[in-house]
Amino acid sequence: MHYSAFKILTEGLSGNRGWKPHWRDPEPKSEYDAVIIGGGGHGLSTAYYLAKNHGMTNIAVLEKGYIGGGNVGRNTTIVRANYFLPGNSEFYSHSLKLWEGLEQDLNYNVMHSQRGLINLFHSDGQRDAFARRGNAMINQGDDAVLLDRDGVRRHLPYLDYENIRFPIYGGLLHPRGGTARHDAVAWGYARGADQRGVDLIQNCEVTGIDIENGKVRGVQTTRGAIRAKKVGIVVAGRSGQVAAMAGMRLPIESHVLQAFVTEGLKPCIDHVVSFGMGHFYISQSDKGGLVFGGDLDFYASYAQRGNLPMKEHVMEAAMTLMPMIGKARVLRSWGGIMDMTPDGSPIIDKTDTDGLFIDCGWCYGGFKAVPGSGYSFAHLMATGNHHEAAARYRLDRFRTGRGLMDEEGTGSQHNLH
Amino acid sequence: MRIKGKGIAALTNPVKFSFDGQSYSGFESDTLASALLANDVQLVGRSFKYHRPRGILTAGSEEPNALVTTGRGAARTPNVRATMQEVFDGLEAHSQNNWPSLRTDVMGVNDLLSPFLSAGFYYKTFMWPKSFWEKLYEPIIRHAAGLGALSGQHDTGRYDKAYGFCDLLVIGAGPAGLIAALTAGRAGADVILADENPWLGGRLRAEVEEVGGMSGTDWVAEVAAELSTLPNVRIITRTTVTGVYDQGTYGALERVGLHRATSGDAPLETFWRIVAKRALLCSGALERPIAFRNNDRPGIMTAGAVRAYLNHWGVATGQRVAVFCNNDDAHRTARDLAEAGVEVAALIDTRPDAQASGDFPVFTGAEVVNTGGRLGLSQITIRHQGATQRIDADCLAVSGGWNPSLHLTCHMNGRPTWNDSIAAFVPQPGAAPGLDAAGAALGTFSTKGALKSGFYRAKLALDDLGLKVPEVPIPTSDDSAYVLTPHWTVPGKGRAWLDFQNDVTVKDVKLAAQENFRSVEHMKRYTTQGMATDQGKNSNVSALAVLADATGRSIAETGTTTFRPPYTPVSIAAMGAGAHGHGFAPERFTTSHAVSVERAAPMIEAGLWFRPSYFPRPGETTWRQSCDREVNMVRTAVGICDVSTLGKIDIQGRNAAEFLDFVYINTFSTLKEGRVRYGLMLREDGHVMDDGTTARLGQNHYVMTTTTAAAGAVMKHLEFVHQCLRPDWDLQMISVTEQWAQFAVAGPRSREVLNAVLDAPIDDQGFAFMACGEVGVMGTRGRLFRISFSGEHAYEVAVPARYGDSLFRLLVTHAEAMGGGAYGMEALNVLRIEKGHITHAEIHGRTTAFDIGFARMVSAKKDCIGQTMAARPGLTGPEREQLVGLRPVGVVKQLTAGAHLFNADAEAVRVNDQGYVTSVGYSPTLGHFLGLGFLKNGRARHGETIRMVDHLRGLDVICEVTDPVSVDPEGGRLRG
Amino acid sequence: MRLTCPLCGERDIREFSYRGAAVALDRPAPDAGEAAWDDYVHLRENPAGESRDLWHHESGCSAWLVVTRNTVTHAVLKCELAADVKGAAR
Repeated sequence: MHYSAFKILTEGLSGNRGWKPHWRDPEPKSEYDAVIIGGGGHGLSTAYYLAKNHGMTNIAVLEKGYIGGGNVGRNTTIVRANYFLPGNSEFYSHSLKLWEGLEQDLNYNVMHSQRGLINLFHSDGQRDAFARRGNAMINQGDDAVLLDRDGVRRHLPYLDYENIRFPIYGGLLHPRGGTARHDAVAWGYARGADQRGVDLIQNCEVTGIDIENGKVRGVQTTRGAIRAKKVGIVVAGRSGQVAAMAGMRLPIESHVLQAFVTEGLKPCIDHVVSFGMGHFYISQSDKGGLVFGGDLDFYASYAQRGNLPMKEHVMEAAMTLMPMIGKARVLRSWGGIMDMTPDGSPIIDKTDTDGLFIDCGWCYGGFKAVPGSGYSFAHLMATGNHHEAAARYRLDRFRTGRGLMDEEGTGSQHNLH
Repeated sequence: MRIKGKGIAALTNPVKFSFDGQSYSGFESDTLASALLANDVQLVGRSFKYHRPRGILTAGSEEPNALVTTGRGAARTPNVRATMQEVFDGLEAHSQNNWPSLRTDVMGVNDLLSPFLSAGFYYKTFMWPKSFWEKLYEPIIRHAAGLGALSGQHDTGRYDKAYGFCDLLVIGAGPAGLIAALTAGRAGADVILADENPWLGGRLRAEVEEVGGMSGTDWVAEVAAELSTLPNVRIITRTTVTGVYDQGTYGALERVGLHRATSGDAPLETFWRIVAKRALLCSGALERPIAFRNNDRPGIMTAGAVRAYLNHWGVATGQRVAVFCNNDDAHRTARDLAEAGVEVAALIDTRPDAQASGDFPVFTGAEVVNTGGRLGLSQITIRHQGATQRIDADCLAVSGGWNPSLHLTCHMNGRPTWNDSIAAFVPQPGAAPGLDAAGAALGTFSTKGALKSGFYRAKLALDDLGLKVPEVPIPTSDDSAYVLTPHWTVPGKGRAWLDFQNDVTVKDVKLAAQENFRSVEHMKRYTTQGMATDQGKNSNVSALAVLADATGRSIAETGTTTFRPPYTPVSIAAMGAGAHGHGFAPERFTTSHAVSVERAAPMIEAGLWFRPSYFPRPGETTWRQSCDREVNMVRTAVGICDVSTLGKIDIQGRNAAEFLDFVYINTFSTLKEGRVRYGLMLREDGHVMDDGTTARLGQNHYVMTTTTAAAGAVMKHLEFVHQCLRPDWDLQMISVTEQWAQFAVAGPRSREVLNAVLDAPIDDQGFAFMACGEVGVMGTRGRLFRISFSGEHAYEVAVPARYGDSLFRLLVTHAEAMGGGAYGMEALNVLRIEKGHITHAEIHGRTTAFDIGFARMVSAKKDCIGQTMAARPGLTGPEREQLVGLRPVGVVKQLTAGAHLFNADAEAVRVNDQGYVTSVGYSPTLGHFLGLGFLKNGRARHGETIRMVDHLRGLDVICEVTDPVSVDPEGGRLRG
Repeated sequence: MRLTCPLCGERDIREFSYRGAAVALDRPAPDAGEAAWDDYVHLRENPAGESRDLWHHESGCSAWLVVTRNTVTHAVLKCELAADVKGAAR
């Protein structure tokens, strides 16, 4: 079924009775060419690109709960390509290009909104670090503009420029940065994959990975055994548990990151604004809610909920930066499980087991990577070779020290990235 | 309409307020909702999507329709629930989300387009042409969306935070909460009783009931009187417990000043963090509507709300009121109205076997199938015994039953369980550690049941706390059974609303199921059911029932979405109280702060510290002039700079030397007493953590300095190394950063300045380069270190912080007499760049000792933190970017930090990237810009010409790669 | 969240900072080999359930603590001084 304004018109006139399911709910087959463990954004996009780019349609996505129920449905929806280290630069640049054609590709409105992202800086040293980043972005072919204080004021007149603990020196504007409607990304990829024949199996938890003679044979699930020639693990915060089924230990610690949304308000924040000194970032959803977040709660957790100190810290950052939003009320807060790596950058790689692949370690930056990650992971799973945009996301970089991508410079303490 | 003689609220202090510019009168005890209803105002808002006319639905914080904006200017507050806002003289309220007016809202056209605006329609369109999304579609959607508007001005209101600690937190002061608080109070427990209303009593104030042989209100007053005599019981009203967190921590929001015209010194709101050993949720229950065609018109309310307005405020919500229900409880509404003399148009009960009688028409086994009225209800259509008939009514009281208000029990991921006998979810025992529920929140709806439950659950908590449970007789009270037959929707054509604010109808939920959004989470997200400001309090259970029916499952199988904090929305200002302006982070001031400010030095942030940027002198018009002068001053005479912000860690113990050998890459056990050494420390992953000097003051006594930026992290690291890796070492350490004021005295005439303040003069032999020791400074005991960050003959002199201000003034005076003076961060930075010294601009967390040319410093004779991992193959080698100096040699003479480096003939794109610039400064000493940066294989490329490109600032500069040290590479100046 | 520091008693989590798994106590010998060091610095059990991790009473007494905790429920089961744990292991 093709979606369009015309379709909405005809359906509206006929009582909306003709809309078809977004995806089927098939019974799992006993064997697939490949199975993807994890029906989140990355897993669904991997399935979509396996089918679309590599013609692999006899594949399944196995999801423990409901598709899109993990971090893809509980993030702050920011889409950007403003990294500066080799490896990250080319990957996020590629991912952003995929975003820019995503609606037409998927025939699904994911509401990708390139409203511009501004990273504020508060000292000469921070300005120089952002200049290095902005120049790296331009070197990569992306866009960046260095704004001075007045430049920031033109874009964001509502910030507190007079009485703020860390004065605003300027900002790095990434005009192509923005937001998207998170759930729609999962649903769009799910629908696209389903239309190409991929089986999306919900309520199907993987309980074991079958390996014989160093080669993967399939998986055990709560809905029976499924044989598969290739298996991809794409389970974000749960990577440690699933990898353990294949005898692997990962360089990952799972942490909780909280996010917040306010009651609906008339438009007041037109950009994505990021305040590094306060670990605070905010945008306004098309529905009117202010969507914002802060730093990790700092302790390892699988609870998908956080505690008051970080909530208060986030609100405090808001109050020093943009006291205009003081009377907005937080409607809901939640937490996601972040798969934190020792350098804050992800892993897209083969494993020591033949046919077993892993895509994980997205820390708190996985949403914007959904198209790029699926695209390159599908490439790796289908061809056995790393996609050029994700060639540096190797699992062994920690052991060898080669090609570390520590954008924050905080070193191998997982929760500091 | 106010009914004479009805209402228990004190209707004594009249006030004037306005709504949409129209002036009205009410009483101080009114909420905006009760006052508007008393003035016969039914239409108060518009819905989010279809802009349907809406009235007041409830009498509590769960209100989805009656959201208004109050105040003006910076005090403007959007999305205020009229049901919670108490009126005061001069209160201004405005309706929201309509244009040009509430009565005539052009966006109401959306209602006619509803067939095309079904659930999730926007995912299926607005994709063509591609560029129109940001330019056209999204701006229109954004403009149409949203409820109220923020003022756009800084919120300068006062907000506060508080901590509370107690044995038992009782949440809600209805019958269950009151008796629980009384029980625990008499037992001597520390009790906090919190209620979101301004009064105590809960539903007892909304019902006509007797408790203990007196009116419910009198019983409440009696209990309140006793509680107020107990010093161990604190009652906080207007306080909503909003969240449950780990180890018995609760968040709560108190509305301290929002019910007054001015709050004076009091805050508007206070955010509480309450730590409770035990907590009891006595939050009652919320009534749910029934979904039928056009069930959203102004005048259609919950049956319990109609009773609350009548019995509490003496307000009749209509002149002809009909009641529609599936349970006995709602019959009270008809009874109370009739007794108060309000005409009851009909009692319509869906149950054929319902027992009801009264002086009004009763229809059992009947349903309301439609309603009429443009901006307010005028008529209902009922189906009874196969026939439909119309009944005139301006108010319809609806009850589909009650849902326990169990949200808080789910904040720690607990799931509620479905209880068929009351057709509602109830809390799962133990869902949140330490939190129990009682009364209606537990599904026990009668007053007697609530009282018994409140006492019993308090008793369990007291048992847990080891306190003796006192006698608390349960007063006689209503114990009628809660009888209902579930009835979620009325079948038929048209739209029947579930989520009133978000305009989610039964059709939308069915469409979601049809499109295979069968998971309750999918349905919610696809339709936005339950995502409005009430978070589904009024609609979730009914929507689940519809979804269950549409997917052929039971409600229990369908499950619920997750309740998350906050229970009711919390303002950002309250939760962020204290942070506005400079309150966000502590401010640290050096002892020379006052004199620096006196001398007009711009103070800049260095972490939490403030440091002087430069010290302008008359005639200097730019910072560069001052900076150049200060650099020259240090190079030719003498400069004074406050370096107290560097971390200072005092380390003592028999194993202090071994400890330092273990945390630094180089050796400190061989350092002689009275000497200082530069040290570099790594993180365990082999990258540079920090650098600084450490002085050996005695056999077992060292003082380490860290960079300003890393002082805290280094302290933590040292404690870690000691306590977690080598607790066997005899070692103590403490930060003495705040205790010592320390000043650099740098330049050829530094010793002259020092000798003017030292009790005993020093000379070069007695105090050679890298010497340290105790000295007398103007009669006080100080410390002197002959170290240099500037590359000049220099010292750092330290005195107890209380002498810092005087010493700094004195040093500057002496320096000025010798042609020198104070210098700030700008000059300090230029001096260190000239000398090739690194800061955190260079050791930014990704550099290794190898990268900065310090690989030889790593002592092979010992183990140290980071040594093994620094030997990883990826952390050394020619492919790594190494520290170099840069000097412009082409036409463009400027350098910028953050620029990237490329080979002279290469295009400035990522694949050609050779490195980047970390620090730059204009060197007045050399007469040109100098830079430090990292360049691939840089140490082997000194003398090479490369290209520096700064796209952002439009610079393309030809540079020569040099040694990082540009001034005095031999170090002759250091030695004086 | 609240932790009971063995020296200071029960305190709010905001007084503490977190480091990570208590594996950090078991620093390998310099010559333990690449795998042992990779294990120590990077690889983690990352349990969904009971975990032992290191906390620092940074705004309190400066003690490093080994906290036994449940990462799913956030229940705190035990708080010990790291120096004691390490000392006992020696």
